[in-house]
Amino acid sequence: MDKTVNQKAWFLVLPVFVLVAFSAILPLMTVVNYSMQDTFGNNQFFWNGVGWFKELLDPSTDLGGRFLASLGRNLFFSGVILAIEVPLGILVALSMPREGWSVAACLVILALPLLIPWNVVGTIWQIFGRPDIGLLGYTLDKLGFNYNYVANDIDAWATVIVMDVWHWTSLVALLCYAGLKSIPEAYYQAAQIDGASRWAVFKAIQLPKMNRVLLIAVLLRFMDSFMIYTEPFVVTGGGPGNSTTFVSIELVKIALGQFDLGKAAALSLVYNLIIIIVCWVFYTVMTNAGAERRPNQGVA
Amino acid sequence: MARIDLVDLAHSYGGNDAPPESFALKPVTMTWRQGGAYALLGPSGCGKTTLLNLISGIITPSRGKIQFDGADVTPRSTRERNIAQVFQFPVIYDTMTVGQNLAFPLKNRGVAKAEIDKRVAEIAHLLDLTPHLNRKATRLTADAKQKISLGRGLVRPDVAAVLFDEPLTVIDPELKWQLRSKLKALHRELDLTMIYVTHDQTEALTFADTVVVMHDGRVVQSGTPAELFEKPAHTFVGYFIGSPGMNIVEAEVKGRQARIGGHVIALNRSYDDLPSNAKIEVGVRPEFVDIAPPAPDLLSANIDRIDDLGRVRFARVHVGDARLAARVPNGFAADGGTAGLKFDPAHVHVYADSILVEGKA
Repeated sequence: MDKTVNQKAWFLVLPVFVLVAFSAILPLMTVVNYSMQDTFGNNQFFWNGVGWFKELLDPSTDLGGRFLASLGRNLFFSGVILAIEVPLGILVALSMPREGWSVAACLVILALPLLIPWNVVGTIWQIFGRPDIGLLGYTLDKLGFNYNYVANDIDAWATVIVMDVWHWTSLVALLCYAGLKSIPEAYYQAAQIDGASRWAVFKAIQLPKMNRVLLIAVLLRFMDSFMIYTEPFVVTGGGPGNSTTFVSIELVKIALGQFDLGKAAALSLVYNLIIIIVCWVFYTVMTNAGAERRPNQGVA
Repeated sequence: MARIDLVDLAHSYGGNDAPPESFALKPVTMTWRQGGAYALLGPSGCGKTTLLNLISGIITPSRGKIQFDGADVTPRSTRERNIAQVFQFPVIYDTMTVGQNLAFPLKNRGVAKAEIDKRVAEIAHLLDLTPHLNRKATRLTADAKQKISLGRGLVRPDVAAVLFDEPLTVIDPELKWQLRSKLKALHRELDLTMIYVTHDQTEALTFADTVVVMHDGRVVQSGTPAELFEKPAHTFVGYFIGSPGMNIVEAEVKGRQARIGGHVIALNRSYDDLPSNAKIEVGVRPEFVDIAPPAPDLLSANIDRIDDLGRVRFARVHVGDARLAARVPNGFAADGGTAGLKFDPAHVHVYADSILVEGKA
């Protein structure tokens, strides 16, 4: 049978194409365009080729130095909060009740930090940590700790990390809890019959069954922590010095503070690329670890 | 390996104060002897799984005691009871190979490595899992997975009993037959007490030497397949076991006579002191009722249809409102819609309020 050729179908794809072009492709191309040029305002642009990119990756220049330093801080930050939030989230999920009214209560309490806007979280911790009027700062101060997140690098870092853990561990916990809830009761009963210890149950049943949600949790937490801006900006403003200046804070300084659109555009492209690459690596590694166990997914 | 005694055991999911009629398992006292192959048979929701989980210790009884070889184990955990149980759906430890899955119950109990390897090899051989021992268990088909679950149940040689909770539900009919024969063979070989829960009478009758029939939270009869067939202790056993089920008809019984709709049937035993306000019924298996051409001394019935089951034919008839099944002898030709029913008095039983009444000789 001959297929009838009907090119009208392309018109049906057109609205989506236009929408995506306006919302994603064109803005991205504008950034690509900026990244190749320099401007001194007045809407005057000068061609710079890959100059900004070269400078960005060269630590001896001002731009490269700032970028690579903030990138290092950011990777360290993401590493630390993943190392804290993932195990802590699993622990919280494991110790949550499985039935009764307390389930709802726990879920609501866990969800609360997730509902608070970023800048409010920042403000809460900014005040909470102040030695003069903040509960945390005041208490630590009276206990004899010389805690001051405005002046001390380590205090500033600790504050930002604890704030992120406070804000986002719930997400990991809720995802893990959902994963745990989907394990049929028979698995626990069988493990009981087989005489498995608590640790063996975790290793043989709960962790493998949480594999999928953990992947999602790690990806979400990585992306989000790597793009973090508002909370540290509100609490420490990137200081003291540059010690808590993450890539996004640096980016805003360059783009809006100095109005170096070319440098900022080059930086955001590289920034974007790094996030995509790291996520791809996480995804590949974690799905391969799962695929070794479960090659025929979907066949069930 | 142990004798299991249930003493006045009862369970309610609504707690001990729930009304007695709502109990999932009504009080039962019975003994499971060491090395027996038991089937726990009954329709869905009759309390089979509850009884099984009580024995294994997954749930704690509201009342009564469970004893293994005379020792009270009611407060002990599943692990301390040393019991094995296989569930309806395969439970597989995803990260482990087939061999590691089989070894898991032994490893958790600190059995020596050489002993584990020997035992795993033995069970894998019995269940034809040897070629898969080093493969990840998740890669296998549903029935291979269920075989692993069975294997984990059988791998410990010293268990008090192995409990099976409808273990062949997910298996194809063809394989079902094979696995059941395999279990039967394993039972002979390993000398374990096995309790097999099912709602399928064929499964129960082929697997077990003692069948325990449950109905509405009660154990209504426990006996050999032949006993259940020939002398059901409860009308429920009568129609749940056998295909077609037992004919149960309301009747007036006096002495050695039962009167059904004005017709008198002779009985082998004498029933004189039946409770006066009980519902009296007679029960007789279709195998012991023959259909014949209408005659004045036979109970007359209207034929609805004749089912040909290959080996035998059964006529579905009705007498008044009561529906019965009767064997159709070779050479009988249905003549019009009516026929006579010939009862074998040795197999006509009398039930008062659904419970068998032993007459006097």
